[in-house]
Amino acid sequence: MEPVAEVSKKTPQEIGIPEVKGNRLIRNLNLIRKDWQLYSLLILPIIYLVIFKYVPMLGNIIAFRRFMPGGSIFGEEWVGLHYFEMFIHDANFWHVFKNTLLLSSITLLFVFPAPIIIALLLNELTSQKFKKFVQTTSYLPHFLSVVIISGMILQITAGNGAINSLIQFFGGKPILFMQDQNWFRPVYVISEVWQTMGWGTILYLAALTNIDDSLYEAAKIDGANRWKQTIHITIPGILPTIVTLLILNIGNLLAVGFEKILLIYNPLNYATSDVISTYLYRVGLQSSNFSYATAIGLFESIIGLILVFSANYLSKKFTDNGLW
Amino acid sequence: MMKESLQYKIFKVINVIILLLVVYVTLFPFLNVVAQSFSGQAEIAAGKVNLIPKGFNVDTYKTIIHDKTFWINYKNTVVYTIVATLISVVMTTMFAYVLSKKRLIGRKFFTSFAIFTMFFNGGLIPNYILIKSLGWTNTIWAIVIPGAISIFNMIIMKTFFESLPEELEEAASIDGSSTYRTLLTIILPLSKPILATMVLFYAVGSWNSWFSAFLYLDKQELFPVTIYLRNLLAGASSGQSAGATSADDLTQIAANIKAVTMVLTVLPILMVYPFVQKHFVTGIMLGSVKQ
Repeated sequence: MEPVAEVSKKTPQEIGIPEVKGNRLIRNLNLIRKDWQLYSLLILPIIYLVIFKYVPMLGNIIAFRRFMPGGSIFGEEWVGLHYFEMFIHDANFWHVFKNTLLLSSITLLFVFPAPIIIALLLNELTSQKFKKFVQTTSYLPHFLSVVIISGMILQITAGNGAINSLIQFFGGKPILFMQDQNWFRPVYVISEVWQTMGWGTILYLAALTNIDDSLYEAAKIDGANRWKQTIHITIPGILPTIVTLLILNIGNLLAVGFEKILLIYNPLNYATSDVISTYLYRVGLQSSNFSYATAIGLFESIIGLILVFSANYLSKKFTDNGLW
Repeated sequence: MMKESLQYKIFKVINVIILLLVVYVTLFPFLNVVAQSFSGQAEIAAGKVNLIPKGFNVDTYKTIIHDKTFWINYKNTVVYTIVATLISVVMTTMFAYVLSKKRLIGRKFFTSFAIFTMFFNGGLIPNYILIKSLGWTNTIWAIVIPGAISIFNMIIMKTFFESLPEELEEAASIDGSSTYRTLLTIILPLSKPILATMVLFYAVGSWNSWFSAFLYLDKQELFPVTIYLRNLLAGASSGQSAGATSADDLTQIAANIKAVTMVLTVLPILMVYPFVQKHFVTGIMLGSVKQ
């Protein structure tokens, strides 16, 4: 063994061929020097990524360290899993954890199919003008600030808002939607459907136009009606899109609409509206328990990461479609 | 075979009705807010305002238009949007252009370095601590820098650059054109559609954003208009306002003021909407190719 290793170590110098690795390095350095203008364009974006993406990532280390406001952003001393133990024994944490899972699952259940159905309905329209009109109007909520959307939700669900005037018109009693914890989930989910059902159709409509027309012709000759064509041609045609978007959605399962909830919730409906991110916000920024909140945040991101990777893995295994 | 069955004809009619309903439901909240903005307080409080203004007046508009803070905040939004868009588009273009070049050494590494941040981010608290320790509280930088590059947008742009014929640049470099000059005089003029998409993506995003301003600004004269609106909403939402005799009282007092503020905030977006919408759709399609 030894002589062989010695020989191979000596060979490059002995024969006079520079080491392959060093050679490539020098060649690369030369290329970079010649092409310095191209590489110079990378400097700012990389600095940006390091400071604003990777430093906060490393900043998560304060989940394991005691943090002093005004001290190092990476904390002062190690405390091990102290903060993790804290939230595992925190009943509030499990409460918001449950809320998050429930709210996001119900949201996914309704928000995900809505654009598919609308895209299929749009696809059956004969008038292109009407189709364009429906599309253009239904995209609108996508362009609004979450502050405006929250304002609209609060106005419409107010005691004297539009929904209550409809209820009263039919002889019902007005409901204080935002003061009643049982109404928070329906209000939130409906508003999410409202916001996303139009915009979400774009990728499905694109997939629909890519379906080969000859498939429909063949089906017609075989006597398949429009419904059968939809089941056997249209839906399989957009299935890859459905799967890909489902993976993306599952990966983001824990990321419920933090900003929107923060804007519309109130202590009267915390029982159903408080989610991990809003809890983390209150614990961290309003009560200044930075390390504790970071530990919760880190836990949330890791679960998110696991969700994305497992969803992608499963999808690759069963459908040959994956994000990477 | 070519004749449509009766069932399908009925379906088509129902389909149109359903889609009209979708349009109605989408537009209702807007029309409701617009109607409220022209209505009297008493009529809104009585729950009479749906699509048509009741007790028509423009007094609330006059009140808001004479509110100095509103205009200062509005101006801030305009400034933040312009600065943020400029920084973002320049940074994104540089990054996307370099990563689109196959000759770049470490191209794969840099691309993964960027994409990884889409799946794992630092989270609220570490970001907050970073901005605080940079001393950016109450400065424009806290608003315009942290979101400067959206990796999603960068990938869209990179995909576009990759679709341009390589011969263009080869010809330019044979003629002795530097990378900078090639980018500025050959590539960018060909990239106007994607640049427009980027400008709109970033501009709409910063016009609508509120959270970083909410976290990092505490001086009223620095607020964007979204914070002005948020404070109106928060001030009147139930439970949180100390000293209010009843939550509903406050809701009533502010209802038409909130409505006017919402209309004025959303107006610029609505005016550019048809144009913006088209580019957004193109952008999403381009992005989905590589996503």
